[in-house]
Formats: sequence, C-alpha cells, structure tokens
Amino acid sequence: MNLQIEDKGAAVLLSVMEERLDAHNSGDLKNQMLKLFEEGKSNLVVDLQAVRFVDSSGLGALVSGFKNASSRNGNLKLASLQLQVKSMFELTRLHRVFEIYTDSNEALASFQQ
Amino acid sequence: MTSDRIAVDIKVPNQTRYLRLIGHIGENIARTLRNFSGDRDKLAYDLNLVLTEAMTNAIQHANEGDPAKEVHIEISIAEQRLVIRVFDSGEGFDVKQYAQPRHPLDEHGRGIYLIHTIMDEITYRPTGSGHVLEMVKRL
Repeated sequence: MNLQIEDKGAAVLLSVMEERLDAHNSGDLKNQMLKLFEEGKSNLVVDLQAVRFVDSSGLGALVSGFKNASSRNGNLKLASLQLQVKSMFELTRLHRVFEIYTDSNEALASFQQ
Repeated sequence: MTSDRIAVDIKVPNQTRYLRLIGHIGENIARTLRNFSGDRDKLAYDLNLVLTEAMTNAIQHANEGDPAKEVHIEISIAEQRLVIRVFDSGEGFDVKQYAQPRHPLDEHGRGIYLIHTIMDEITYRPTGSGHVLEMVKRL
C-alpha cells in the first residue's frame, strides 16, 4: 500500500495515498499502525484525502487502530474524509467513535491542546 | 423510453487484487444506466461496495482464501431490476448471522450488514458445486 508516514511530534500522521481502502490493502494499514504502536507511538492521525472508496475491511482496520491507540492511552483521529467515505462512517455509526477533522492540520493541532 | 438491459458475466481468481476491477464494473454500470433518476454518485458507490463486500465474503469465508479457486459474478439489469449473483465453490457461511448491525467497535462482520442496507433482497443458497449469494435491487 502507498502510505506516507510522518512523525509530527504530538502525533504520527499516516496519509493513505490510495483510491481504495479495501480487503486488498487494509491489512497493510493495520500492520503499519501495529508497528508504530510497538515503537511506542500512541497518537495517530489517518488522512484519507486520496481515498474515495472504503469497505468494511477498511473500516475494520481503522477500528483496530483506534482500539490499540486507546489501550495505550492514545487516540486515532481521522482527517480529510471525502463525502461518500464520511457517509460510510455515519451508516455504521463509526462517526460517533472517531474524532473526524476537516484536514490533518486541524487533527494534529487537537493533539497539542 | 428504452429500458436498460445489461448482462455481465465474469470469472476472476479468488484473490483480493481483483476487487478493484469488480467494484469498478459496478460503478460504471451505475454511470451508464439510461433510466435512473436517483443519486447516480450514490448508486455508483453502493454497487462498488456491494460487489466488493460480496466478493470479499466469497474469497475469505466461502472459498477459504484458496487463490487457485475462482469467483464467478453475474450482474443483470432488466425491467428496472438489478440482480447480482456471486458464486463461490466452498462450504459457505451463515449469512443470517451477519445481517444485524455490529457493535461500532467490532473489527469484522460489517460486510453483509452493509449489503442489507443497500439491496432490497438477499438470499444465499447451495448450488451444485458451492453457493450463490443473490442480491436484488429495484432501481
């Protein structure tokens, strides 16, 4: 999967550079997040600006990351959701689980407060 | 007005790398339909999602991830009725178990629920060599 990872201090920014987040590539995202948790990171921002399609496996990978971050007293926040991707979070009620920000700068700033 | 009559029959290896291909066929059908007055972008996303979820279920739960197996998909539209059939060659899975919404923090099991929210009818039944998941939507 094409994934950009940048340590921004207060949180690590993961930018998913794929059009689809589905059963074919969501395992890669999950594994990359696990690697960051093992390195001691606990605050993540996942930027989905490039993603125009997410399926249940993609949602599952993000839920896995959220639960891992929470268990380490951290958080996983989302940024830059396209309209139809956001609808998927609403349909599955996951918009009540994740903090969702307009862009990654806002999401990163929320970790610095 | 001429009504849409489309039939697509495709077989792909039992591998997730083909999800994109199948999903895009669904999107393109939504964008091509002549007689559809609803939200075309939503229909395109929905058909992409239904095909992606149904094929993922076939790959992971019915064909047990065996890359040598095949997934067979039929899509047909006639009389404003869209029918998608996804054939697997495995032991099958309990489709009813997944029909209800999951707890938001569950990591798995949302696929069939999502299909239920989009399609009007769903059946899963044995065939001679496996099972078929049939999903119907009135357009």
